[in-house]
Amino acid sequence: MDNLFDKLRRLRADEGDEPPVRTDGGTATDSSRSGFREFLGSDFVQSMPFWLPPFLLAGFFVYGAIGWNLLISLTDSSGFGPVDYSSLDFEMYARAFNDPAFIEATRNTLVLLIGFIGICLVFGLLLAILIDRHIRFENTFRTIYLLPMSLSFVVTAQFWLWMYNVNNGMVNAFLGLFGLGPFNFIGNPELVLPAVIFALIWQFSGYAMVVFLASLRAIPQEHYEAARVDGASTVKMYWRVIIPQLTNAVISALVVLMVFGLKAFDFLYALVGGFQPPNGADILPTLMVRVAFQKNQWAYGSAIAILLFLLALGVIAPYLYYEYKQGTI
Amino acid sequence: MTDATTTQTEQTEQTLTDQLSLYRVGLYAVLLTLVGFFLAPIEAGLVTSFKTTTAVTETVSYMPPGPEGFTLQKWETAFDQLLRGLINSFVFAAPATVISALLGSMTAYGLTQIDWRGQIPLLALLIAGIFIPYQAVLVPLSRIWSVYIPLGDLLWFVWAILGISDDYGRLMALSISHIAYGIPICTLLFRSYYKSMDIDMIEAARLDGASVRKIYQRVVLPLSTPMFAVVLIYQFTQIWNDLLFALILLSSSSSPAAPVTLILSGLGVAQQGLDFALRMSGALLTALPTLIIYILFGEEFAEGVAS
Repeated sequence: MDNLFDKLRRLRADEGDEPPVRTDGGTATDSSRSGFREFLGSDFVQSMPFWLPPFLLAGFFVYGAIGWNLLISLTDSSGFGPVDYSSLDFEMYARAFNDPAFIEATRNTLVLLIGFIGICLVFGLLLAILIDRHIRFENTFRTIYLLPMSLSFVVTAQFWLWMYNVNNGMVNAFLGLFGLGPFNFIGNPELVLPAVIFALIWQFSGYAMVVFLASLRAIPQEHYEAARVDGASTVKMYWRVIIPQLTNAVISALVVLMVFGLKAFDFLYALVGGFQPPNGADILPTLMVRVAFQKNQWAYGSAIAILLFLLALGVIAPYLYYEYKQGTI
Repeated sequence: MTDATTTQTEQTEQTLTDQLSLYRVGLYAVLLTLVGFFLAPIEAGLVTSFKTTTAVTETVSYMPPGPEGFTLQKWETAFDQLLRGLINSFVFAAPATVISALLGSMTAYGLTQIDWRGQIPLLALLIAGIFIPYQAVLVPLSRIWSVYIPLGDLLWFVWAILGISDDYGRLMALSISHIAYGIPICTLLFRSYYKSMDIDMIEAARLDGASVRKIYQRVVLPLSTPMFAVVLIYQFTQIWNDLLFALILLSSSSSPAAPVTLILSGLGVAQQGLDFALRMSGALLTALPTLIIYILFGEEFAEGVAS
């Protein structure tokens, strides 16, 4: 507290040194200006230099760019040279819905997102419950489980490429113990998407664990004890009493995991070192970048980007509205 | 739950402790198996990075190399090829991290501590920016930096004076892009912190007539130090690990200004087959800065991640 008063004293001293005029309203002091001067001195105006420039910078790069992207998607722009904005239509969107590559990428994206998010949530919850059993070295276990998340997709792609190697990979060595395989995970179009999903789960289930753990710790101890007194088994206690209280954690983890899932572009690019992912693992983010930046079909790439954005928005918008209603923003 | 178990133990002490210890053994066995699962890819990468090319094909992937199969040569090659990228990554990631954290703190302060009704819609807009797929901004982003603000050409004298390639203009563009797209998440992190901050101190300062700017400089900023640690660690990891923006804005891993992730994604491909030992040492080298940060500040990282 002493420290605080000290700070306040210094603040007051500083204020004293300054001239009484707080804004650059000059020396004009006639009463007709006082309303304006009050406005200039208000918190709203004074706080503007803090939030307005960063807000405009982020706003331009996020919303300005999305709007611009929408505009480009309505043109026929491709190749080098300036974009011709004179004739706008939805031709590129029609093209997307008739493009087998787009349909396949959409299907793969949905499989990847649903598989990855679903398993990640379940596995993350199990990890959180295990960590929450009053174990020793809790921090060490938690740190190790979260460790893969600190790595770049580019790095983990190298590790998993080696793990999935047909001849020497550890995954095939493990499956060999049960007389299975060897499988060519990356080369087989049937197996590559599940293999990628598995690698993503390895990387991000620790994240789901951290979110669930925070939520579990927020549940009052009495809820556990009440369930115990009622004679509920551990499984029943979690299923009936604890898990229903984790809705918020599930929703926020789901949204963030979706964002991570869509960033799998980095993983797939690094896996092959190029724009064309392994056969069977093409998702909308990889298709979009390939179409736009390898084939220079800007308008078509932008249209795919807008469709991907709408897909993500379908998950994000209800989430933000929910958070807004809860007053947690 | 410990309380509950202790009361129960009083009744059937002997059998229950037996059961409990058996249960504990099982629990720790599961936990340790999971440790194996999470560390296996990294362990395999680590032992492979020290193997000669013949040892890579002839030995089991997760076993350490024998004395004749051991070499540091792959690490040397990886270091030679990645050093430029490591330096470039530091050059663009460090300022981007600091500036986006600072701007995030300022935005959160401006929109949280000030009583103003319009703040919630603005915040909602900003926070939505965290979740957009970056593909939706890629084409305009590349056009902004290549057609409208080509920093390589505009700041030619800077690169000339420093004696470096004008590709560093693209690296600067990458840095600014990361700042812009980092502001939303930094704002969100600081906002939750400022919301829980002791409002009395700020009210007291305000009653004393301190301006909005003074309150920020003298009260809020010094109190934000713990949150700055969280945000800086989180942001640095994010920016260091990114590939997509680097790929779009730098376009080629042979560029003198290429960040390390861009170089790594093409490392060891050109040879006949893949040079796994080289790739593993390169991957570990790239991961080293974030790994060190994570091991030292795991707690802060987890906090940033959880919010």
